[in-house]
Amino acid sequence: MTAPLVQVRDLKMHFPIYSGLLRRRSGAVKAVDGVSFDIRAGETLGLVGESGCGKSTVGRALLRLYEPTSGSVVIGGEDIATLSPSALRAKRPMMQMVFQDPQASLNPRMTVQAIISEPLDEQSDWDRDRKQARVLELMDQVGLNRRFANRYPHEFSGGQRQRIGIARALALSPKFIVCDEPIAALDVSIQAQVVNLLEDLQDNLGLTYLFISHDLSMVRHIADRVAVMYLGRIAELSPRDALYARPLHPYAEALLSAVPEPDPSREGARQRIILQGDVPSPANPPKGCNFCTRCPKVFHRCRVEKPDLVEVEPGRLVACHLLPAITTTSPAKPGASHMTQQGEVL
Amino acid sequence: MPDGATPVLDVRGLKTVFRTRGGEVHAVNSVSFHLKPGELLGVVGESGSGKSVTMMSLIGLLPSPPAEVRAGQVLLGGRDLLKIDASELRDVRGAKIGFVFQDPMTSLNPVFTVGSQIMEPLTRHMGLTKAQARDRAAELLALVGIPDAQKRLKDYPHQFSGGMRQRVMIAIALACDPDVLIADEPTTALDVTIQAQIIELVKDLRQKLGMAIVWITHDLGVIAGIADRVMVMYGGQVVEQAPVRQLFSDPRHPYTRALLKTIPSLTGEREARLQAIEGQPPILTAEPTACPFRARCAHAYDRCETENPQRRAVDGLAVGQGHDVACHWTPDVSAEGAA
Repeated sequence: MTAPLVQVRDLKMHFPIYSGLLRRRSGAVKAVDGVSFDIRAGETLGLVGESGCGKSTVGRALLRLYEPTSGSVVIGGEDIATLSPSALRAKRPMMQMVFQDPQASLNPRMTVQAIISEPLDEQSDWDRDRKQARVLELMDQVGLNRRFANRYPHEFSGGQRQRIGIARALALSPKFIVCDEPIAALDVSIQAQVVNLLEDLQDNLGLTYLFISHDLSMVRHIADRVAVMYLGRIAELSPRDALYARPLHPYAEALLSAVPEPDPSREGARQRIILQGDVPSPANPPKGCNFCTRCPKVFHRCRVEKPDLVEVEPGRLVACHLLPAITTTSPAKPGASHMTQQGEVL
Repeated sequence: MPDGATPVLDVRGLKTVFRTRGGEVHAVNSVSFHLKPGELLGVVGESGSGKSVTMMSLIGLLPSPPAEVRAGQVLLGGRDLLKIDASELRDVRGAKIGFVFQDPMTSLNPVFTVGSQIMEPLTRHMGLTKAQARDRAAELLALVGIPDAQKRLKDYPHQFSGGMRQRVMIAIALACDPDVLIADEPTTALDVTIQAQIIELVKDLRQKLGMAIVWITHDLGVIAGIADRVMVMYGGQVVEQAPVRQLFSDPRHPYTRALLKTIPSLTGEREARLQAIEGQPPILTAEPTACPFRARCAHAYDRCETENPQRRAVDGLAVGQGHDVACHWTPDVSAEGAA
């Protein structure tokens, strides 16, 4: 197997807090606190979690829109986190981003033509005609009418604006796109249009996505593997079907059980895990496992020792003391022991 | 609840228009619905479908101008709320009808303590003394599941988390023991695990207090879990109305059907491709003379262009009592086989 397109190792993104009269550094918001994962070429990795868990920060740090505090982000063989500004600029065409709010991420004073061609102005030495042709080609690709090239963003609906943002991200033929909540600001009936477009583009252009979202049912639809984040760390990273069929981490389990389903007969029968309390502040995360303050299965060890993200079943990574890592000699056994453990605590 | 019970709230033919520089916007068009005692009515629709404007019109919360309620009746306890004057309406708001808004941050006043904000309706509408109101406020906070209620009365809204603030909002809305609670997207701004907490709380409060609730949302999942009856709105009109199980098992309006199909499933079969509803919601610049959904409807035919469909019953009961739909195309009999 070839090396993954994106390899993230122990990524940390701490934002300093300054306080007092002299604005001394008094602490840090640990938005992302040691995150590692791979994304294979052509796959979609879903990144889910609640607001404030650091999922958007991961996406931004990955493309070095933030300067990561530590850790490495290898995309296509080069460590993005340490590249010099000029080398980073040369690398930009292969990695792009689609933002959440199409209203805020498009300049209201630029025409659609100018918005989509801006990456080309910056990165290519093409002449005007060639750029124009490329813009029209992109507009076709994302399903925007060519005749609207000279219109301004406010003349478009939310879904169409998101298409403009996608066309801009595609302008330089990237390999890897971070989609940061691309459908959160859209109405339900428009969401499917945009998701279908993203999937078509992936098939046609061989794109690799990091799909950041809080919508667990949409992530189940679009992602191949899913990482569940909680308070700056990954709680579980599993193949999609395995995760949704049987979440292993207690947080992933509670999160999935909390999603309401549009089916009254199933809703009535569902066993919902209601988590108590709120997410602790990332400026002052709990000692030990960061989920220990709300976990229904918490025990002594969780409050003192931070669990590592380890492979507990083939292909499934979980950070929980209840689930031991598989040993290389007998991979079947730990899976079985975990079942009984879960049975006990439930 | 008994079927024949007199409704606590009865809205008939409500029309609300916004006058803007670009012309009129017909945001709500002849919306009728009622609410029986203790019932939870879910109102579903996308942004711009008129669901919030309908509820704001009921209790005169829309700024006028630009808003203007053109026609209709809103009957609460035998009085028409659209006919009474501003001071009477103030007595109704808070005392008879409680309101919970979407965003718990902007709907609480940041410069007053949570305690004083809960006590305000109690002293104003219930005539309690300050000391009585304070005791009742602490009771209410405890009722909505805020630990250490007595102490937290002195805290300001920013000292509460989003979920806790929404609990405070619910406590304020419930302060005067209203007959009707209107909750406008109360969990949309919250995370799913916190949303689950609030939904459990509302279910619990319903059992304890027995008020009728209107719950506005765009999330069909939330509706499926809590509503007794559902009203689907599109383009400023009610397009379908049914008991919750019937709506999900046998949706009759093409919009409702498409909406249910467009949401990816969390547990069922994983679909290879989502069924999108192509096109955009309508812009409501004129009084509608055609079906608002026609441009996006797979079943639209010439009649849909010329005549705005009226709600009609599909199960033999009167409109509003059972399952009704506003569509020319949908047959009267169950379309199970046809779909």
